[in-house]
Amino acid sequence: MQRFALIAIPYAWLLALFLIPFVIVFKISLSDIALAIPPYTPTLSDGVGPFFSALDFENFAFLASDDLYWKAYVSSLRIAAISTILTLLVGYPIAYAMAHAPEEWRPTLMMLVILPFWTSFLIRVYAWMGILSQEGFLNQFLLWAGLIDAPLTILNTTTAVYIGIVYTYVPFMILPIFAALDRLDGSLIEAAEDLGCSRLQAFWLVTIPLSKNGIIAGSFLVFIPALGEFVIPSLLGGSGTLMIGKVLWEEFFNNRDWPVASAVAVILLLILIIPIVLFQRNQQRQAEEEA
Amino acid sequence: MKKLMLSSAALALCTTATFADEVRVYNWSDYIDEALLEKFEAETGIDLIYDVFDSNEVLETKLLAGGSGYDVVVPTGTFLARQIQAGVFQPLDKSKLPNIGNMWDVIEERTKQYDPDNGYSINYMWGTTGLGVNVGKVQEILGADAPIASLGLIFDPGNMEKLAACGVHFLDAPTEMIPAALTYVGEDPDAKDAEALEKAEAALTAVRPYIQKFHSSEYINALANGDICVAFGWSGDILQARDRAAEAENGVEIAYSAPNEGALMWFDQMAIPADAPNPEAAHTFLNFIMDAQNMADASNYVYYANGNAASKEFLVEDVIGDTAIYPDEAALQNLYTVTTWGPREQRTLTRTWTRIKSGT
Repeated sequence: MQRFALIAIPYAWLLALFLIPFVIVFKISLSDIALAIPPYTPTLSDGVGPFFSALDFENFAFLASDDLYWKAYVSSLRIAAISTILTLLVGYPIAYAMAHAPEEWRPTLMMLVILPFWTSFLIRVYAWMGILSQEGFLNQFLLWAGLIDAPLTILNTTTAVYIGIVYTYVPFMILPIFAALDRLDGSLIEAAEDLGCSRLQAFWLVTIPLSKNGIIAGSFLVFIPALGEFVIPSLLGGSGTLMIGKVLWEEFFNNRDWPVASAVAVILLLILIIPIVLFQRNQQRQAEEEA
Repeated sequence: MKKLMLSSAALALCTTATFADEVRVYNWSDYIDEALLEKFEAETGIDLIYDVFDSNEVLETKLLAGGSGYDVVVPTGTFLARQIQAGVFQPLDKSKLPNIGNMWDVIEERTKQYDPDNGYSINYMWGTTGLGVNVGKVQEILGADAPIASLGLIFDPGNMEKLAACGVHFLDAPTEMIPAALTYVGEDPDAKDAEALEKAEAALTAVRPYIQKFHSSEYINALANGDICVAFGWSGDILQARDRAAEAENGVEIAYSAPNEGALMWFDQMAIPADAPNPEAAHTFLNFIMDAQNMADASNYVYYANGNAASKEFLVEDVIGDTAIYPDEAALQNLYTVTTWGPREQRTLTRTWTRIKSGT
């Protein structure tokens, strides 16, 4: 009985905050747009019978008929994948350095990684606008250093979006990799070197495989939110940056078409389920290995 | 005894209710003299909670979701019309609005196309959409006879190619830019059919490579600082840029023109949501705003014309004497209004706009 109660809590949580909202969104995606409060029809107040007979998959068919949506999904997947790789390239060395730092420094280093979260995410992205603009700090510095002759256009391009995503999500990459590297048994590296590996070979053949789970966890933690990212592309990206989060916003606000916006969201979730399931399986395997 | 306690409890409840008398107003950003807000509180004893938004879309989504919690909101006429149809607003109780006699019949006549009989809303401000030009720089590039009051300035690719390096901004609002493009290609600015939209799209796509940015507020500072040469934007915003440049004495001279070919005239209307928590206080607020002196103070501050005839005598010469704000009879003839976009038309419009901006 006690055990049942213990399991019931997380399931109730999932039911209330994930499944029920999803069912509501899915239901709206099968509705039709209407000029009313709320702006779709039918609602349950129309009666159960007419309610169900009025639902259809028209909005999903509409998404397939216009290549905008398809292109936005592909573009989001590409931006999320490239950002994840960049975040890994930036985050791994930081995690590695942290794991090899003297024991007494580690809490401080850990603190420094988490510290940015104490400021609003929105303010930090705005700060990047000041850094990357034509008259921004970065261009001023490069001009002063004589590295460039004319200011670079970075703000309002996809490059700025990559910078924003890498900056925002790098802590999510660092922490799981650090956790994996921290647990790594140093004698294994010594053994590899004793057996004739160069330091680079030992890193490649021992350290990387043993931190694999951290890399995978970090990558999913970056990839999944980056795919649906809205704030970063709308503030830092240009009109040429096509991302599904922005398309979703336009459907909802500009077209005030809640049914189509919901259909876009449902498909986004379906796309995300694949990496989430893979992530889940990886976590499970890791837990089994440790057990 | 028990009875007495009950009634005193009820009394306590009632007095708290009157003490907590408050009105929540949701208006556009930078759109009022804040001294007026304090004046309202001092005069009426009602707490005023004043929030701002920066796009009609955001306001509309809140209203359509229901339960926005606001007592007074300020949508533009075209948005107001469909929100009335959706049942968002409550009819005004004109017996609570003694100042309604101050309103200007010329403007009321025009707002009737959005709000028949003006039964749901009062006009707050109105203005035009047109050309903001850095006169010195544009004349330097295009010569002394540069067409600074013509849509040709921004829709002729020959002109735009030369202006591109200096910087041109367009509003990121298809409901403003498409009517302008339609006017330029000789179509009815209120046309909504696919054929006319295609022509407008072609005109915008032809100059797209020379547009630095689509944005609905950044151009105020950019014009004032001399960072850009031309902006297609809202009258009052460009006039604010003109004044900021003049105050900074940075040698930048900004001029606003409603295009010769015809300019869009828009109306921002104050209305009370059907589910407003305090409609009584909302009426008090509307009546306060319709006071001639108060309305004049607001216009003198934001450089937009208002729909209040009685306020004219309190307007400063800078506002009432400026034909860019209060157009003369001839200029008024040159202004057009547009109707609301229906759901399917709105989708085509948004889609066209995305294609113009991103090429997809």
